[in-house]
Amino acid sequence: MKDLFLENARVIDPAAGLDRKANILIRAGKIAAVDPAEAPADAERLDLSGRIAAPGLIDLHVHLRQPGGEEDETIESGTLAAVAGGFTSIACCPNTQPPLDTQASVELVRQLALRARHCRVYPLCCISKNREGNELAELGVLFAAGAAGCTDDGAPVADAELMRRAMEYTLMFDKPVLSHAESLPLDKGGVMHEGLVSLELGLRGMPAAAEDIMVSRDIHLAEITGARLHVMHVSTAGAVAAIRRAKERGVKLSAEVTPHHLTLTDESLRSFDSNFKMNPPLRSARHVEACIEGLRDGTIDAIATDHAPHAREKKIRAINVAPFGIIGLETALPLMIEKFIDSGLLTWPQLIEKMSLNPSRILGIGKGTLAVGADADVTVIDPEAEWTLTEETIHSKSCNTPWLGRSFKGRAVMTIVEGEVRYKI
Amino acid sequence: MSANAETWGAPPAEWTRSHLLGLETLSREEIILLLDTAERFRREILEDPRGTGRKIPLLTGRTIVNLFFENSTRTKTSFGLAGRRLGADVVDFAAATSSLSKGETIIDTAQNILAMGVDGVVIRHGCPGTPHILAQRLDRCSVLNAGDGTHEHPTQALLDILTIRRRFGRVEGLTVALVGDIAHSRTARSDIYGLKKLGANVIVCGPSTLVSQCWEKLGVEYSYSLDSILPRVDVFNLLRIQFERQVVRPFPSIREYALLYAMNAQRLAACKKDVLIIAPGPINRGVEITPEVADGPQSAILDQVTNGVAVRMAALWLTISAGQKNSN
Repeated sequence: MKDLFLENARVIDPAAGLDRKANILIRAGKIAAVDPAEAPADAERLDLSGRIAAPGLIDLHVHLRQPGGEEDETIESGTLAAVAGGFTSIACCPNTQPPLDTQASVELVRQLALRARHCRVYPLCCISKNREGNELAELGVLFAAGAAGCTDDGAPVADAELMRRAMEYTLMFDKPVLSHAESLPLDKGGVMHEGLVSLELGLRGMPAAAEDIMVSRDIHLAEITGARLHVMHVSTAGAVAAIRRAKERGVKLSAEVTPHHLTLTDESLRSFDSNFKMNPPLRSARHVEACIEGLRDGTIDAIATDHAPHAREKKIRAINVAPFGIIGLETALPLMIEKFIDSGLLTWPQLIEKMSLNPSRILGIGKGTLAVGADADVTVIDPEAEWTLTEETIHSKSCNTPWLGRSFKGRAVMTIVEGEVRYKI
Repeated sequence: MSANAETWGAPPAEWTRSHLLGLETLSREEIILLLDTAERFRREILEDPRGTGRKIPLLTGRTIVNLFFENSTRTKTSFGLAGRRLGADVVDFAAATSSLSKGETIIDTAQNILAMGVDGVVIRHGCPGTPHILAQRLDRCSVLNAGDGTHEHPTQALLDILTIRRRFGRVEGLTVALVGDIAHSRTARSDIYGLKKLGANVIVCGPSTLVSQCWEKLGVEYSYSLDSILPRVDVFNLLRIQFERQVVRPFPSIREYALLYAMNAQRLAACKKDVLIIAPGPINRGVEITPEVADGPQSAILDQVTNGVAVRMAALWLTISAGQKNSN
């Protein structure tokens, strides 16, 4: 493999406190040098003037659907969508069919990802067998097979005792427990956030309390066990406040928020468009503001997409029976540039930190930096690129997104994984 | 012999909507126009002063499909009758609901309807917003919402309001109480939007598990005590408890509900002398209303049914005529 020489980019590496014009030499899949005296004669030179070179973006929360949901997404299409969106590593959820609760299924996902050769994939395994919340899955075997953490995702462990045991058990493997924090009885039959809009539309509500209660429960369990708790897709002011207080008293926990919970409110549901139906639901403006503030002050560590592809025939059903979720890999970075960089709410290094370094720390995968010796996973961003999202530009197998037809400024234009250009426009 | 379409006149130019999806999106003037048109249909056609056979051929040659995904007797019959009294052909489309994750979607249904060359679709569906989605897909066919989940039921509210207006000669300044299962009632929502726009005071009354305090933010008073509001209410609309929509039972027993909220002779005696009692039906005798009240002189429950046909004639005529004009 030829050496790559990245020239003239604005290099942003929050881990090293670096933000300046620099050149990077990539050799044998690693960062070989930052600002070498000169480029090796046989290196492939890439002029990145006007662009940002950042440590590869990492998405903590992706649904690849395979095995079992190939009509929605495959590992091939999902990882291609990832590199097209600038992600070099993703963690994928275990709510497949069969679920990722056996060594074989975890290894299958890793093998298919290696074969697809787009981005790196870190499978998350189930906490409980078949995600039923009754007994622990063989976590030791699953972690040994390559699972980066465990979660029952959308089937949250209702039994607090089992959740406590799971947290205690992960201590000896030093792996995170990821919690989709939701009290299912409170949300039963729910379609959208419970509030004035749900009252007006006659759509059954999902109260913020359903999230607050479970976030609080899991925080207390993390506190008594010392486990590494990660709260997925935080969406309520109450959850943000609880996480902030917990961090202040030294509880080991982290949290993520999705681009849609930072940019959309429950008012969107007035269109009755199922592309606004998510779980957790789009909340009211007050909650969105709290999430933004939580992200800015570090209460929320990371941005994660909860990329949830659904085939057209499923998502176009009536809103009360259509599945929850939207795709997110190819819109996350542009949306976050618009929301945070253009408004000045975050600096570029802060945004990169929340989309690369912090997710890496949460997963414990040692990435998110361009330091010499690190894996050469690099995302090249053109902050000025103007483009429009259409079904033709989407690489994911599904097009369930509320942003079809929307124009953006800024995107990833080149994605380098293991020192190899895997995506480029 | 039918009434004369020539002398009836053209549909009013102020009406431009080819769909009737809900009252929330209508203006006060549009609601009044619908009510006035319905009033005219009731007086000149349904009450049949000139022996016209209770028909007027304003929609001759037009086809209307009744597309009901939820059970209905009176609304479907009422729409069917309204269409026929206007000279239209009315077809019932038997539609079964399915909870499967795949199958025919509302979009497929819409395409089928378009292919059949239909002029108007009357739709009832368990999911809020379904008529709205359908309307987005159908440009040459009017969509009339006959109830979408717990969202809206505009023609029911219009007939309620017409009944009130005929009794009192006005709506503005009246105090109207909606009693019962507000949370699961599409009629309540449409009533609230319509009545507020016409200047009525609205009280929602029922058990606290079914009456959200959030209604206050929309200018609606709430009360948990029927007894406390009896003397100051002009109209009671007694809503049915919709057991089929409730995920968790919101009160301990029907007996306890009836003790607190049933309109009976004793409670009626504490009401204003000219109080009006209406109910969207089907009524549960002995639950929200006792027989002596339902069949008594204050009750306009059967008058509502007649007004329902008039309101639906107005809705069908105005929307389908506007749809025809828009597509020309």
